[in-house]
Amino acid sequence: MSATDQDDRETAAFPGQRPPRASVGSHRIEEEIFGKAYDPKTVRRIWAFVRPYRLKIYLSIGAVLVFTATQLAIPLIIGRAIDSGMTQGGNSTNLLWAVAAFAVAVIFNFGASFVQETEVGKVAENVLFDMRRAMFAQLQRVSLSFMDKTEVGRLMSRLQGDVNSMQEFLETSVISVGDMVLLVGIVVVLLTLDFRLGLLTLSTMPILFIVRIFWLPPAKRAFWAAHETNSITAGAMAEGINGVRTVQNLDRQKVNFDLFDDKAYANLRTQLTGSRFAQVMVPIVDSLTGIAMAIVVVVGGSLVLNGGLEIGVIVAFLFYIQRFFDPIRSLTMQYSIMQRAMTSGRRITEVLDIPASINDKPDAITLTRDMDGSVEFANVNFAYDPDRPVLRNVSFKVKPGETVALVGPTGSGKTSAMALVHRFYEVQSGAVLVGGHDVRDITQQSLGEQVAMVLQEAFLFTGSVFDNIRYNKASATRADVIAAATAVGAHEFISRMPQGYDTILEQRGSNLSQGQRQLLSFARALVADAKILVLDEATANIDSYTERQIQKALLILLKGRTGMVIAHRLATIRGADRIIVLQNGEMIETGNHDQLMAQGGLYAKLYNMNYASFDDIPDELVAEANARAAST
Amino acid sequence: MTSHTAGRDRSRGDARAHLAAAHAGKGQSPLVRIALFSLRHPWQASFAIGATIVASVLQLLIPRLLGHAVDQAQGILTTAGEGAEQALFWSAMTLLAVSVARGVFTLLQNYFSESVGHHVGYELRLAFYDKVQKLSYSYHDKIHTGDLITMGLLDLDGVRMFFATGMVRVVLLSVLIGVGAYMLLTTDVVLGLLALSFVPFVAWRSSVAQLTLRATWIALQDKLSGLTRVMEENLGGIRVVRAFSAQDFELAKFDDASRAALELSHQRVDVRVRNTSAMTFSFFAAMGLVLWFGGNKVIAGEMSVGTLASFLTFMTILQMPVRQLGLMVNSFARASICGDRLFSFFDEPLAIDDAPGATDLVVGEGTLRFDDVHFTYPGATHPTLDGVSFEARAGQTVGIVGAPGAGKSTLAHLIPRFYDIDSGSITLDGQDVSKVTLQSLRRAVAVVQQDTFLFTTTIENNIAYGDPWSKETKIEKAAESAQLHNYIMGLPAGYDTVVGERGVSLSGGQRQRLSIARSLVLKPAVMVFDDSTAAIDAGTEHRIRSAIRRYAKDRVTLVISHRLSSLLHADTILFLEDGKIVEQGSHEELLALGGRYRALYELQTRPVEDIELGSAAQ
Repeated sequence: MSATDQDDRETAAFPGQRPPRASVGSHRIEEEIFGKAYDPKTVRRIWAFVRPYRLKIYLSIGAVLVFTATQLAIPLIIGRAIDSGMTQGGNSTNLLWAVAAFAVAVIFNFGASFVQETEVGKVAENVLFDMRRAMFAQLQRVSLSFMDKTEVGRLMSRLQGDVNSMQEFLETSVISVGDMVLLVGIVVVLLTLDFRLGLLTLSTMPILFIVRIFWLPPAKRAFWAAHETNSITAGAMAEGINGVRTVQNLDRQKVNFDLFDDKAYANLRTQLTGSRFAQVMVPIVDSLTGIAMAIVVVVGGSLVLNGGLEIGVIVAFLFYIQRFFDPIRSLTMQYSIMQRAMTSGRRITEVLDIPASINDKPDAITLTRDMDGSVEFANVNFAYDPDRPVLRNVSFKVKPGETVALVGPTGSGKTSAMALVHRFYEVQSGAVLVGGHDVRDITQQSLGEQVAMVLQEAFLFTGSVFDNIRYNKASATRADVIAAATAVGAHEFISRMPQGYDTILEQRGSNLSQGQRQLLSFARALVADAKILVLDEATANIDSYTERQIQKALLILLKGRTGMVIAHRLATIRGADRIIVLQNGEMIETGNHDQLMAQGGLYAKLYNMNYASFDDIPDELVAEANARAAST
Repeated sequence: MTSHTAGRDRSRGDARAHLAAAHAGKGQSPLVRIALFSLRHPWQASFAIGATIVASVLQLLIPRLLGHAVDQAQGILTTAGEGAEQALFWSAMTLLAVSVARGVFTLLQNYFSESVGHHVGYELRLAFYDKVQKLSYSYHDKIHTGDLITMGLLDLDGVRMFFATGMVRVVLLSVLIGVGAYMLLTTDVVLGLLALSFVPFVAWRSSVAQLTLRATWIALQDKLSGLTRVMEENLGGIRVVRAFSAQDFELAKFDDASRAALELSHQRVDVRVRNTSAMTFSFFAAMGLVLWFGGNKVIAGEMSVGTLASFLTFMTILQMPVRQLGLMVNSFARASICGDRLFSFFDEPLAIDDAPGATDLVVGEGTLRFDDVHFTYPGATHPTLDGVSFEARAGQTVGIVGAPGAGKSTLAHLIPRFYDIDSGSITLDGQDVSKVTLQSLRRAVAVVQQDTFLFTTTIENNIAYGDPWSKETKIEKAAESAQLHNYIMGLPAGYDTVVGERGVSLSGGQRQRLSIARSLVLKPAVMVFDDSTAAIDAGTEHRIRSAIRRYAKDRVTLVISHRLSSLLHADTILFLEDGKIVEQGSHEELLALGGRYRALYELQTRPVEDIELGSAAQ
């Protein structure tokens, strides 16, 4: 390498140093865990979702109580069986009664646990799906300006992750009711069986509470760190897979391997720390159990020896001790689950509370097929952001059946004008009229049925070719779909696909070329059979062969319809009945090709520059043409 | 910083051994390979297994000691008085000591088995990542990225956890059930059999339940990913949805997908609950029998209350591990399937690798030569390139045109050896690309691809991707040449703006310019633009080309484009058709030739629309 090559590269300060401008994946994850564990407002909102299932919830709580009661009763019954039934040489009637009581308890235990687990499990699932549906339905109504600003990934994580932690919360909260009752129950039973012995045994309980209070915060941090580094490593891995071609292309394998190693190693370290924190509780709980048992044996044992206590009570005590610490463990865990649930609940409510800015008027009319099919802009002013107007006092009328080409440099407001016909956004002043009615007086549903729209980027859904062309026009038959595909010239390539119209399009049609995707979206618009067609021509350079097919299809599509086309190709522009030239949000010229050429304005200047498409023209040439147009 | 570096050096030193181990044992069963891989941590593994044995035996001692203490308390074994209290005290102390010891050994058992698992996970991740990076384009062409990610996350997890949830648990259950059964049966055969009667039933139910749950889990994931797809496509294509007023239609689609998933979820709840309830019931039923028969033995004087109590506690201790037997069975099933997939991936041969004794490419003048190159994609019947020959010298620009599928991109991908050719040769300064090291070759050849992949990091790091040691000046210069500098400076965070999946999204044209800047940083000897200016307007493209010419005029440039205006200035234009060069020459020469190039040129310029209108009217 030459000396100049070294000049613009930095050098490693020590062997094994990672390059200064390299990373793999991301360094953080977008989640939060530490927050309030109880937030009445969020709980009220969550309750609204649980309410429809409240009878089942009450039933489960009842079942939990029965279940807990049997758990409490079983050691007692065994104790009684020993004390009253098992005196040497005695008769087995008492024992029989005890065993019968045991059997009853076991049957109740079985029934209660069955009811509780089934109901809670299913209700939690139902609530999860209901919440997700409510959010999804809300997102169908919110304004496009909100959707424009929000990343799909972020919304998806709310639809997925947040509802999952709500489910966890619902499932565990009914169980923790049982845990609480069990805890209180054990305390009461032990103290009733023998107050002194009970008190002594129970003295180990607060120790565990205290230990866990100190243990929890650092343990939670350790678990979180393990979770976080794990997600980061997984993210880096996914990036390595998705970008593998670029990685090989630019020969980054070695650097990436080392950087990935750093992340995976950091994860190994945090996982091991997390393990230590989790496992350290085991000997503590075991030791406390040992102490409790020792107390029962020594104190209880001498009481028995002295005749102050029956042996069955000791056995019952020993049984309770085995179960002693479980509720404490799960109750302290419940706190973290509640924290998580509150955060998720708040995020879910945020989605549900996004206002749907565009609503039908109560007396909105239904636009029918027999309307005339005209489109009119009357003094329309529009802006996404009040300080930056996009359309300024634009007025024009498209007659039924007419094809109008909207032309203008990037940023002139063409796309916004098109969106307004469909009422994706509300105008600031003036009005957009379709079929003679203000779009604000028409139901959005019927407006959508009469105004078909083809977007610049063809968007396909996973599903068969047939489903994609038919889309939501349920009345379209297979013959209609084939006719539409034939009309736009897509039939040939569809027939060549392995299953023809039933071929499943993978990953939004990534197995098709851009031009083919475009043709399918034309066919979709044709099947929708609307009176008005609004179309944003694709700018990307499609190969000339497909391009030709698309031009043909466009003519078919526009036949017998009112057309508004954002045109990029000169061929399309010249084919239009009328051309509207927009610049900086204002309509500056209108007329057919020959008229505009005769006028010698911006259009004529741009046309004379001999570019194949208006969007190809560099900005400064547009400015130049403007200046010249202005001066003439 | 130093401690950080130490860690890095250590891991780097071991990495090679991990990779070798992951690839070892080809042909052996996956479970054997997992076991051998796990045992690469012999000390931790032995500690884990040793601690498991000790902890289980200690656990089994507890019921014995309790039973003993109960009998002592009842005054059966010793005569009442001072001695009895003393004996009780010692029993209690033994119980305490055994409990503490059991806790400590359980800790060791869990910690070391998890530790082995985490180490195995770390090492397999390295091997997996390395393999992903090494496998050639032809492998990545045929596999879904989603499947690879699943393999790297879920399959790897299944393999990683096998030591703890499979191997250690086998030891644990064998000791607990084996020794426990021995102790119970030697004490009292009939009662022992009764006490153990729930074990086979619970083991069976729990295995069936786990295997069913696993099968339905896979089905559920499938349903859920269908639901995810509906939601994602809806949000991603929200404009289409609104344009067709298809909100209700989409909600119906969502409900269908949702209902299918919900039904399966409910089924899973049923399977789980049915089995757990049945297991608990059988356990208590066995306990009831022990209570009845044992109680009668006590009454008959054949057994002490303490022994009965120890039987009952034995059962409580055995209950949990026996229920987890299903988890163990599941762990074996999962490890065997996941391990099979993962190790087959490791066993995948590398289609493209350095030839034995490959030397570094030495770029002198920079002449690229294709000599009768033939290439057919794996699995395809028709050749994509069928005898292509041409030469491009330093400073020359070669344009390539042709219909889709003519082999243009393929030609570009053969130079840096993303695929290997079937016959003929591709040479750079006389050195065959298949005989030089891949690293030196790919440093010398930059392909600016059609689709630009942005990494989730700053713009600066993205531009410096190929050479992360680049200084800022070099990065800025590349961005200036790619006509991206002004845009970047207009961003609030400038070059530190994070782009990619979680960052600012760039337009198609901006992405392509970034991709060009990325290649310029490398100062390659050969630069290939694979239709990489499609989204850039003609004026900007023109400025980029002149900047590149200034930046390095002594390189070979290949330009593949649909837009003929991009090729006007090429020294030679190759017209590809069906993998063959059918026309060759400068723009003027080819126009004069009046062949296919001319037809294409006419298709792209003005008179077209007249033809179109005419033909559509017919």
